[in-house]
Amino acid sequence: MENNKTQDKLIIGGHSFDSRFILGSGKYSLDLIKAAVENAGAEIITLALRRAATGDVANILDYIPEGVTLLPNTSGARNADEAVRIARLARELGCGDFIKIEVIHDSKYLLPDNYETIKATEILAKEGFVVMPYMYPDLNAARDLADAGAAAVMPLGSPIGSNKGLCTKEFIRILIEEIDLPIIVDAGIGKPSQACEAMEMGAAAVMANTAIATAGDVPAMASAFKKAIEAGRTAYLSGLGRVIDSGASASSPLTGFLRD
Amino acid sequence: MENQFIPTTDCMTYMPDMEIIDSDIPDRVIKMMNEYSEDAYSAEDVKRALSKDELSPDDFGALLSPAAAPFIEEIAQKARFETKKHFGNSIYMFTPIYIANYCENYCIYCGFNCHNKIKRAKLTYEEIEQEMREISKTGLQEILILTGESKKMSDVEYIGEACRIAKKYFKTIGLEVYPMNSDDYNYLHKCGADYVTVFQETYNSEKYGKLHLAGHKRVFPYRINAQERALMGGMRGVGFAALLGLDNFRKDAFATGMHAYLIQKKYPHAEIAFSCPRLRPIINNDKINPKDVHETQLLQVICAYRLFMPFASITISTREGQRFRDNIIDIAATKISAGVNVGIGGHTGEEKGDEQFEISDGRSVDEVYEAIVDKGLQPVMSDYIYV
Repeated sequence: MENNKTQDKLIIGGHSFDSRFILGSGKYSLDLIKAAVENAGAEIITLALRRAATGDVANILDYIPEGVTLLPNTSGARNADEAVRIARLARELGCGDFIKIEVIHDSKYLLPDNYETIKATEILAKEGFVVMPYMYPDLNAARDLADAGAAAVMPLGSPIGSNKGLCTKEFIRILIEEIDLPIIVDAGIGKPSQACEAMEMGAAAVMANTAIATAGDVPAMASAFKKAIEAGRTAYLSGLGRVIDSGASASSPLTGFLRD
Repeated sequence: MENQFIPTTDCMTYMPDMEIIDSDIPDRVIKMMNEYSEDAYSAEDVKRALSKDELSPDDFGALLSPAAAPFIEEIAQKARFETKKHFGNSIYMFTPIYIANYCENYCIYCGFNCHNKIKRAKLTYEEIEQEMREISKTGLQEILILTGESKKMSDVEYIGEACRIAKKYFKTIGLEVYPMNSDDYNYLHKCGADYVTVFQETYNSEKYGKLHLAGHKRVFPYRINAQERALMGGMRGVGFAALLGLDNFRKDAFATGMHAYLIQKKYPHAEIAFSCPRLRPIINNDKINPKDVHETQLLQVICAYRLFMPFASITISTREGQRFRDNIIDIAATKISAGVNVGIGGHTGEEKGDEQFEISDGRSVDEVYEAIVDKGLQPVMSDYIYV
């Protein structure tokens, strides 16, 4: 376990965070973002550069509270080259060194392209970015991302915006076991209970956007997610008790013969 | 609406300068449209479609059929749910700019057609810049550049220069101009445009031939392949539309959806957009109307597009009135025009040239912005980066 209970920090690329809830900023009514960030207790907020860059009437940057780390993403990139260009632009615009790589060339499911994502990660990590790649949970790709210099790995739970929860649970579990980087579940988390489930199994953090942005009461839902993520984390650190899936143990011990 | 003029060319034959691409998509679309029978669906088929997460073409057909009419509320509810899932509260804003209205085509329902006596004009580069500067002051960041379909009067270089000027004032540049070859699209892409919309008008080629009597536009197969050529030319997104009311609107809507569906399957990265125009009265012919496509049917079509392709952008134009537009953005449409002038040069002063059709919603950008906010939605000026 990378943390102990009293000093349970999320460490990404040498930066330390108390909150394990990363909030997306897309799909919101802008005046609700501030309340959402505060109620979520979020210290990292993602930002689509394509939506924020220069001169917007209601520029999203104006709505993000100070002291929150910006995690610009490369949404809109269809290949590694475009992701690299968007990341560099983000840095030029003063968004800092964090970058969430999203490379998508499927407009229907918005599934990430792991191969192009690895290429972009390698280039940007060498340029000193704190690279957090969004990926489809494939162990080999995750290993390549780690080797390429990623600071964390962000596997999807289910397709973006689907709110279907942890459809890829078993594969994320494998990443948590095998990859020595924070595994941050991104995309598809629709309910606080699903966020809690991800944290219980050892995810380092959860990212959510649509589930909160489209809630009836946005600030209250942000707060509900915060509690769920904290509960899941505490459960993970506490060591989950044994859960028996079906039936009880056989009444006659199977190994009784050893004592005969 | 048909006309005594005798066309001299076959609408299925390419003209010499037209690029022919190897694509089976048009034939597949037409075949599916011809096999589509709107009366073949029952209430059960509609219920089945409404119970699914992902709709098949057959489900899409059911939602477009008369059998779906009694379910319009359920359809709208589900469309709203899907829209929120994919777009959250975002509503994208843009405005069209008409830079020229010269046209070589004879399309009998269109105000720009070459036999309609209207005031013709083409903006100079200075005038384009003035208009765009004026539009950009409203806060808009997305512009849709339109011309009449005259390659002679509005050549590709002229449109390209308009794109370069637009890049100074806007983040997102779309085109609604005459179909062109893929290398022309590539040129315009390099000039800054990334989205191309081509209205097929009707997918019924026989009807198409009777409505489009002369000019480049008469060539049905060249037009139907335009989206694919645009993507081959490097454009990021393509828009589809049938002009509802020209022919059987259910078949045309079905074909429009299938066209977009097959293009997206072949080009998975392509961003897909739908427009949902109905016929409007034009100068010198106020009798033109969308016939059996009332607002209820239009709503049905828009919701069917949304449920069939939940990720697609759907634009609602000023052809529709304020009440319909303000409600449809809370159900299925995700993009709305504002501060619209469909004449030539109307943003900075007196129009140099007449408009293409009568608009129904003349509200300013601020007024539409407020209407979006009043719905609890978020106006978004751009969600795009040119890379």
